[in-house]
Amino acid sequence: MQQLLTTTLSGITLGFVYAAFALALVMIWRSTRIVNFAQAPMAMLTTYVALTVIDAGYSYWIGFAAALVAGFVLGAAVEWLVVRRVDSTVEINPVILTLGLFIVFHSVAALVFGSQFRSFPAPFGVRGFEVGDTTIALTGFGVFTILAVLAVLGLLLLLFRFTDVGLRMRASAFNAEVSRLLGVRVGRMLSLGWALAALVGSLSGLLIAGGGLVHPSYMDPVVVYGFVAAVLGGLDSPMGAVAGGLLLGLCLSFVSGYLGSELVAMAALLVLVAVLLVRPGGLFASTVQRRV
Amino acid sequence: MSSLLASARQSVLARHLTAGLVAAVVGILVLSLVSEFRATQLAAMAYLGIAAAGLTLLTGLNGQLSLGHGAFMAIGAYTAALCLQDAEPLAPLPVILLAATAVAVLVGLVVGIAAARLHGPYLAGATLALAVAVPGLAIFWDGTLGGEQGLTVRVPDVPAWFADAVFFLTATDPTRGRYTAYVAWLVLVAVFVLLANLSRSRVGRTWRAVRDDEVAAELAGINLARSRVLAFVVSAACAGLAGALMALVVRIAAPSGFTLTLSLTLVAAIVLGGLGSLVGALAGAALLTFLPQLVTQFGGDLGLDDVRSAELAPLVYGVVMVLVILLAPTGLVGSLRTWRHRRAARSAQPPDPERTSTTHHNTTERARA
Repeated sequence: MQQLLTTTLSGITLGFVYAAFALALVMIWRSTRIVNFAQAPMAMLTTYVALTVIDAGYSYWIGFAAALVAGFVLGAAVEWLVVRRVDSTVEINPVILTLGLFIVFHSVAALVFGSQFRSFPAPFGVRGFEVGDTTIALTGFGVFTILAVLAVLGLLLLLFRFTDVGLRMRASAFNAEVSRLLGVRVGRMLSLGWALAALVGSLSGLLIAGGGLVHPSYMDPVVVYGFVAAVLGGLDSPMGAVAGGLLLGLCLSFVSGYLGSELVAMAALLVLVAVLLVRPGGLFASTVQRRV
Repeated sequence: MSSLLASARQSVLARHLTAGLVAAVVGILVLSLVSEFRATQLAAMAYLGIAAAGLTLLTGLNGQLSLGHGAFMAIGAYTAALCLQDAEPLAPLPVILLAATAVAVLVGLVVGIAAARLHGPYLAGATLALAVAVPGLAIFWDGTLGGEQGLTVRVPDVPAWFADAVFFLTATDPTRGRYTAYVAWLVLVAVFVLLANLSRSRVGRTWRAVRDDEVAAELAGINLARSRVLAFVVSAACAGLAGALMALVVRIAAPSGFTLTLSLTLVAAIVLGGLGSLVGALAGAALLTFLPQLVTQFGGDLGLDDVRSAELAPLVYGVVMVLVILLAPTGLVGSLRTWRHRRAARSAQPPDPERTSTTHHNTTERARA
């Protein structure tokens, strides 16, 4: 019973982080039809930015803000400098491009920040709350994780639903040609989309790192889990990505708790293959369409 | 004699076999002349070349991008390592290499059947998950597979007939280290001859047709799924064989050898060389093998410590990979070919019919590659 509760709670916490990462992938997929495999090392780089700021003696929150700003800038820069210039008529090209960026960011991080393990602080306790004399697995940092992801989701929802910029971004993702004719600066909107997605990705990087160890490849498995979560939700739907993230977090937490943490990646692979074979459009898809 | 030569020029098989034979002899001579360290490096180039060749056929000819080839190498390496535990190996070396290939083929068949329905980023994501997942299995079954430390490999004794043959060619007796290098290069040559034929055969044409236009290929009577699965299996077989050779050369099979980085650098190798080109795959493998030493030295000159300057090599691959995709999506070999054709076209001689036909063929191929 104790273990069931522990596994469920840590699964939910982890699920929110995967949801944030999946959301970042979905945002980019919707606007540019690219799966940004470089999202993981981008989040890793910004976490290192936070760590550098914190090690320089500033508070955790300044580091946190610095990482988010760095993520925003990095996302926009990557879109503007590189992604915009790729010929995506061949489906493989953008994939290879993001993998190239993956390798570049990885080695830049190792060059600049070193490749040893470094501990990353957490702003709240990482020990479970005590109810009576039992400790439950929900930590202060876990609560912060959930609230932070919910806050970001809420803000994005407000942005896309109720602001002019959000409308323009949705329009450029929906039909670039028509939006351009209607006076939307599509290129700028795409850069903004990448920037916001990278910001959300940075948040998930910070949340994974909190109270743990950071090294250049600590986010590598997360890109796999985030991708699986995004595919679970259909890769096209932000709400689906969040639901997929939660589902995957719970599922992987049970695998890790009852079978062994080495099998988590294998379980993610099996979930992915099962979903793609049974419902290629994701769990929540109503129509299955395919471009020829 | 001249008719023999002419027939050799006409038959693709004969041409590939001749080139293979020459490459094998030259390879053995070169390996016997260089130092032990260089021989090991060349052996590493050979196994990377085999894996990259399999991957370039899959990606360049059939249009499926696999980020999971490190996983297939791991499967081959662990199979070979399990057979090479005791002083007396379980079977002769060729049988072990074939067994490693067979295991990779089985796994490749399962993954390939699942992958045949995916395309583009979905396939990339699924195979990425495979690359991350497989090393975990080696840690999970640490009883048989040795956990984090991995399995050490005992290189079998050099067979007498092989030592005699090498002595006949080079007048030296091969050491065990050199023996693995010879084996790796001979396997490389054999694999390249097979793959070159496959790519020019009906099967290769089918793969290209599927890559270029699924609907047209299906209308022409090609079974899309079967063609995709076959390409995946052939490619997985190459990776498995490469993994087995890797286990022989580095004498260990451990999870740390099969990280995501390995799979990604294989993709880098084929992108640099040019997707679909076997020569390009070999060039990419050579770059992967020799560039780290060069740039690490350069990093040392710049005053970086060893650990950091070792990171310069992946930085170079990554940057070059991005540049190649942005500027020259056909890679080194493809760009050279275009340049040569453009120059040939400029030198306004009336081109002979054979030349124009190959030019045409190449440009249409380039347009999609």
